[in-house]
Amino acid sequence: MTINWKSYNPGEFYDELISSPGYPRKPARILTKYLASLSHDELKQRKAAVEHAIKSMGISFTVYSEAGNIDRQWPFDLVPRIITEKEWKPTSKGLKQRQRALNCFIHDVYNDGKIFKDKIIPEELIKKSKNYRKECRGMKPVHEVWAHICGTDLIRDADGKFYVLEDNLRVPSGVSYMLENRTVTKRVFPELFENYDILPITDYPSQLFDTLAAISPEPKDYPEVVVLTPGIYNSAYFEHSFLAQQMGCELVQGSDLVVENDHVFMKTIAGLAPVDVIYRRIDDLFLDPEVFYPDSALGVPGLMRAWLKGNVGLANAPGAGVADDKVIYTFVPAMIKYYLGEDAILPNVPSFLCTDKKQCQHVLQNLDKLVVKPANESGGYGMLIGPQATKKERAEFARKIKANPREFIAQPLIALSTSPVLGEHSMEPRHVDLRPFCLQGGKSYVTPGGLTRVAMVKGSYVVNSSQGGGSKDTWIVRD
Amino acid sequence: MLSSVAERVYWLGRYLERAENSARLLKVYSAMLFDLPRGSNLDWSTLIDLSGSHENYKEHYDNYDEKPVVNYLLSDAKNPTSIFACLVFARENARTCREVIPSEIWEQVNALYYTVKENINPRLGRANRYTLLEKVIADSQRIEGMFVSSMSHNQAYSFIELGRKLERADMTSRLVDVGSINLLPAFAGKTEKHLFIEPYENIIWINVLRCLGAFQAYRRQVHNRVSGNLVVRFLLQDEEFPRAIGFCLSALVENLDRLPNNDDVKRAVTRVKRITREVNVDSLLERGLLEFIDELQISIADIHEEISRVWFSPETIQESD
Repeated sequence: MTINWKSYNPGEFYDELISSPGYPRKPARILTKYLASLSHDELKQRKAAVEHAIKSMGISFTVYSEAGNIDRQWPFDLVPRIITEKEWKPTSKGLKQRQRALNCFIHDVYNDGKIFKDKIIPEELIKKSKNYRKECRGMKPVHEVWAHICGTDLIRDADGKFYVLEDNLRVPSGVSYMLENRTVTKRVFPELFENYDILPITDYPSQLFDTLAAISPEPKDYPEVVVLTPGIYNSAYFEHSFLAQQMGCELVQGSDLVVENDHVFMKTIAGLAPVDVIYRRIDDLFLDPEVFYPDSALGVPGLMRAWLKGNVGLANAPGAGVADDKVIYTFVPAMIKYYLGEDAILPNVPSFLCTDKKQCQHVLQNLDKLVVKPANESGGYGMLIGPQATKKERAEFARKIKANPREFIAQPLIALSTSPVLGEHSMEPRHVDLRPFCLQGGKSYVTPGGLTRVAMVKGSYVVNSSQGGGSKDTWIVRD
Repeated sequence: MLSSVAERVYWLGRYLERAENSARLLKVYSAMLFDLPRGSNLDWSTLIDLSGSHENYKEHYDNYDEKPVVNYLLSDAKNPTSIFACLVFARENARTCREVIPSEIWEQVNALYYTVKENINPRLGRANRYTLLEKVIADSQRIEGMFVSSMSHNQAYSFIELGRKLERADMTSRLVDVGSINLLPAFAGKTEKHLFIEPYENIIWINVLRCLGAFQAYRRQVHNRVSGNLVVRFLLQDEEFPRAIGFCLSALVENLDRLPNNDDVKRAVTRVKRITREVNVDSLLERGLLEFIDELQISIADIHEEISRVWFSPETIQESD
């Protein structure tokens, strides 16, 4: 196998590297030429080198079963995706703007509710949101920031423009894979780094630590920051451990923590030691059995009391998920206008609200053209992709929507952009999205690039790693 | 440092050391058998005795031939102390304490695990087995070197060292057992087997030393030719050779000094130090070596009990607060 770009055809889709067969986009020229120059054996070698690097670095998902532990190695495609810095700058600005507005909104929801009084968003939508936590009412976190770490999913339509597909404000994952992907590329294609000015991403763990340190109840140079994981059996455990390691923090499980007199402590070899900030990777409802699920063994009894009294920082704050409800998503451009007085830099994907009678009717009549999404799921679960669904599946969804319109939104099927993936015999176009990671504490930060997720199956639009998606290194290059 | 993490790194140290020691033992034992006349009756079952897993072994195998014994000790998943099982546990502990150990160490542990995993095979011939055991030993040494030279010598390091040195002391005590078990002159009523082996006594002690890589050190330090009581004294009391129990105990004390609330554990260690230092080795070989080794192993196990009581168990911590 050698690579011939003339036989690579992305068809009607926007391709990240190739504008039409045989014609790479300008920033991709060095890369595509280099790949085409590799012999069959060299390509095979590089592919083997990737697999070896991933295996030896232990980048894996672990699937646990009674028959033993199965390590699934991180699915990674070695062809990087390239975006120019010029194109990235406004995107990055748009992401920061969006996170600022979302945080204003969450704070407003749990405090004054001005946006409801001014009739920008109907209040009942919030009160019915699964991720609304009445326990958080009146809370004023440090900097009035609730969603400190946000993973925003971006997609490109056939026109090549970025759209926001969804905001992930609860416990977005994937950043460790973004960082490890770069490490793997450096090991496998060191030559390429001589010819490109690629913006570094290695800074993320320090930025994350700064963001977390900034929400310490008492200002300290080095507050005790810990990463709270559900445990070694969680599929994202690799990431939790990676981030703790990179930040130089303790990685704790619920059983390592205890709350006394409304302060949080960890159990160390020298006794109890105070904890200032918790980067929690556990869902709200498992955080504190005294307040939420009473039989949760993952959480820490009394944690909510400690947080509400301002004795510990929690990132992301409980209740932040209220703003990543897909119904609320449709109001984000309005929020940006309302709180910041600015126009949204990044557009939403046009969406239909099933709570609106007229829009709902439109959705029901056009199910074969639309994508229907549940308002509060993540990981790509519970979706209907109308054009690819059977009649029976569509009828099923019609019934669900009528029974519970608040739980669904619909969007036209976006022709997701593609990027070349090295297959068994040739380069093949596969659909991709992009998840940059945005931080807001005292200051804002956006990763240059993010995690590019790839639908590894031909024609598929599902990029979620929990559903067999892969990933790519993503380069923001100076033009 | 978190109690739960301390416990994991401690076990990481123990399992790595155990894998290395088992590999050494298996390698040297094979070599030794080739030195002895065929029919010497010093058979492979001694290895099962040493690993203390007789009961478990009997459940799965009905003879003590080379292949089943080696397979059991090297790769059998049914044996929780096989070399492969130790590496599985070591890797799992390393994976769950990656925030405190340098990533190159994790990668090396991970690689060693894959090396063994991909090379074990019930029909592994002697030559390939030798290569694999050498690789386990060499990689373990490399990992140990990485701990020494690329990890901060902090509390986590001390827990790894505690695990390693305690495991090592335990193994050395078992090896003293192996030399003696078949050989003690005073062993009840000199069976035929013992009369047959007696002329080879020195060969066995030489191999015990080789197993620990201690032969050269012994010759330089002890000068005398190899003999049972001198070897036992060297392995129990020497303060300079890193696999002698005396050395391991001193290393424990050194590491304990870095840890808080260390009094009870130190007491347990000093007790073992006294036991090994004050014993009269010459009379021991005449009578009572087996009882002595038993007592020694129990006191080593007591050190472990104290370590886990003082630092690993959350209940104690809550009481002390």
